[in-house]
Amino acid sequence: MAKFDETPIIQDPAKAGILAPPPIREHATAAMRCWPGKAKDHKAIDLPEERVPDWQQKAIAKLGELLEKNKALRVYMDICVRCGACADKCQYYLGTGDPQNMPVARAELLRQVFRRYYTLGGRLFPDLSHAAEFDEEMLEKWYIYFYQCSECRRCSVFCPYGIDTAEITMAAREIMSSIGVATKYVTEVVAKVYERGNNLGIPPLAWIDNCEFLEEDVEEEEGISLRFPVDEQGADVLLVPPSADNFANVDTMIGYAKLFHLLGIRWTTSTYCNEGGNFGLFLNYYNLKKVNKRIIDAARMLGVKTIIWGECGHAWRAGVLTPTLNGPMDMFDPPYPYHISQFIVDMLRKGALDGKIDKSANDDYLVTYHDPCNPARSSQLIEEPREVLRASCNRFVEMPADTIREKTFCCGAGGGLLTDEVMPIRMAGGKPRAMAVKHVGANYLATPCAICKAQLPEVMSYWDVPVQVGGVIDLLANALKL
Amino acid sequence: MDTSTALWTLASYFIIGLSYLVGLTFVLGLMWRLWGYLRTPMPWPEATTPAPETESGAVTRVIGDVFLFPNLFKADKLLWAGAWVFHLALFAILFRHLRYFTFPVPGIVLTMESLALFFGYLFGMAVLYLLWRRLALPRTLYLSGLPDYFALVLLGIIAGTGIMVSYWAHVYLVDVKAFILGLLTLHPVPPPMHPLFIIHYLLVLVLMFYFPFSKLLHAGGVFFSPSRNQPYQVQKPGKRYVNPWDYPVR
Repeated sequence: MAKFDETPIIQDPAKAGILAPPPIREHATAAMRCWPGKAKDHKAIDLPEERVPDWQQKAIAKLGELLEKNKALRVYMDICVRCGACADKCQYYLGTGDPQNMPVARAELLRQVFRRYYTLGGRLFPDLSHAAEFDEEMLEKWYIYFYQCSECRRCSVFCPYGIDTAEITMAAREIMSSIGVATKYVTEVVAKVYERGNNLGIPPLAWIDNCEFLEEDVEEEEGISLRFPVDEQGADVLLVPPSADNFANVDTMIGYAKLFHLLGIRWTTSTYCNEGGNFGLFLNYYNLKKVNKRIIDAARMLGVKTIIWGECGHAWRAGVLTPTLNGPMDMFDPPYPYHISQFIVDMLRKGALDGKIDKSANDDYLVTYHDPCNPARSSQLIEEPREVLRASCNRFVEMPADTIREKTFCCGAGGGLLTDEVMPIRMAGGKPRAMAVKHVGANYLATPCAICKAQLPEVMSYWDVPVQVGGVIDLLANALKL
Repeated sequence: MDTSTALWTLASYFIIGLSYLVGLTFVLGLMWRLWGYLRTPMPWPEATTPAPETESGAVTRVIGDVFLFPNLFKADKLLWAGAWVFHLALFAILFRHLRYFTFPVPGIVLTMESLALFFGYLFGMAVLYLLWRRLALPRTLYLSGLPDYFALVLLGIIAGTGIMVSYWAHVYLVDVKAFILGLLTLHPVPPPMHPLFIIHYLLVLVLMFYFPFSKLLHAGGVFFSPSRNQPYQVQKPGKRYVNPWDYPVR
């Protein structure tokens, strides 16, 4: 018996791993809302503590400001022809049938308000122009449906003009956060980052403690003396992993350690910034920039030569924005920003790992690869993880072509949705991925993303797909001969 | 001067005045809207990946988008076919209309005369398909609003009346041309006194007036879509992407 309301979820099975467009079920997910943010978290991240009194005028003015500041928003407000090419491409629509989860319908929630206040037709003839007031009801719809979007950009791949609903969702969330409307999950995570250095809220001492524990654990189990250095001045590499790697996905953490150990590279994590994940990306520009700044600050404090981003999807999306957000990275060794998969591929190509990999160690696994949305569609990271996997295991299969690479489905919990109150949305959103995995029959689902790794095991269990979810580097480490 | 002549003279003045008003709105409106797209900065790298890594690659990607609709092809083959035929026929028809705007008429415009009716019908069929699709699929029916039907129906009627005045209730070509060239050379003469032609012409004016302020602007906007026209260069030395309105934090 499921622990949540299953009515929003369409249960029909897929055909050859692909879901057909579902029937329209109006308001199927209209009751699924994230819990609202708390005043103390809002305060900690410079958001109004509660909804501001003149919220309508403020929001409308903020929209006007964003239209002047963001070309994508301005262009995408105008040029959608509502052809519906994107409609059946969103995992939340495929999983729920709620028409408001069609990307175009989601974007229309903002467009209607845009037309009402920023176009002549909308001001004069709102009904004829598909324009709508920004009232209590509209704000409610914004809050619900812009937090049922994981900003994964799959729709953008199918739009003839490349209209990116993620940009529109980001703008709507920026506007909402400017009037003091945000979700508990996202604001809480950002507040934790400022207070403790990471999304999980792990205090520095616990981080150090856990690294020592991992050292003992590996020593005991494998007889290898690995180091998990913390705050080491003058290390070569600052590793910025998702903090979950040190607690939930420890195999990934051990993977980094084994790799650096074998290559003889001095690396370190930082207790000031032991998180690459950036929930500011899901909230507003100010916090996106501020969260990301910590990475550069930590690297400069430790005097490292380079920064390597660990296996985290949206961390890498924010990561590639680093030079834009936080200034030139000239003080570091190129290439920058640098992702762990790119680093491994460079090492493979240089021959640094020749003769040190025993692929047969992974022969028990039939491996498939889940492209996290952000690396695949926002930061050009498609081939590298596959190259690492091919170098690490003998049995690698791809899921159906419409579900991988730039057409990959989101795990269903990106964009700030990895929170239990929207579990039906998460399970519905994860359905296309689950069906594709089921179709290929893999028993190991590799993915370089902490959110995917938290969400997919629950999705696979809900959809009854027997598969182990883990990192890419986990498999490499498993095959490394130390 | 009898009453009907007087009325017609009045109507002519009205149509001529409206033509200039609409022409001006179309040109200035279009320039104003595109200038809006051009001057608005894109604060961060926005290319949907995999993306080309060079500027020329990005230009090629946009040109591909304009001519071939590759994303639509990935999304829905039938819709792609319908949309592509629609735009091809529209372009062919507009091109053929050069015969009313130019003197002497370029040879290529005259040689395609034999295909003109074919493109006319093709366009009509594509309009019907797109209209049918809006109504037939539950998803598009849910999405479609008055502006969507308006644009399609308007184009359909313009095409229908256009075919009629060319092949059925002929309007005298020389009169049309004198009228159009008169407008263009700022020496306007009255339009041909032909009700169907007047309807065709007035609807075109409606379309031109509507164009810069509607979704039809996708024709210009497609060139400005940052997810498509940006190269992916975030790791390239010397290619730091700068946000012009950036501000410092803490």
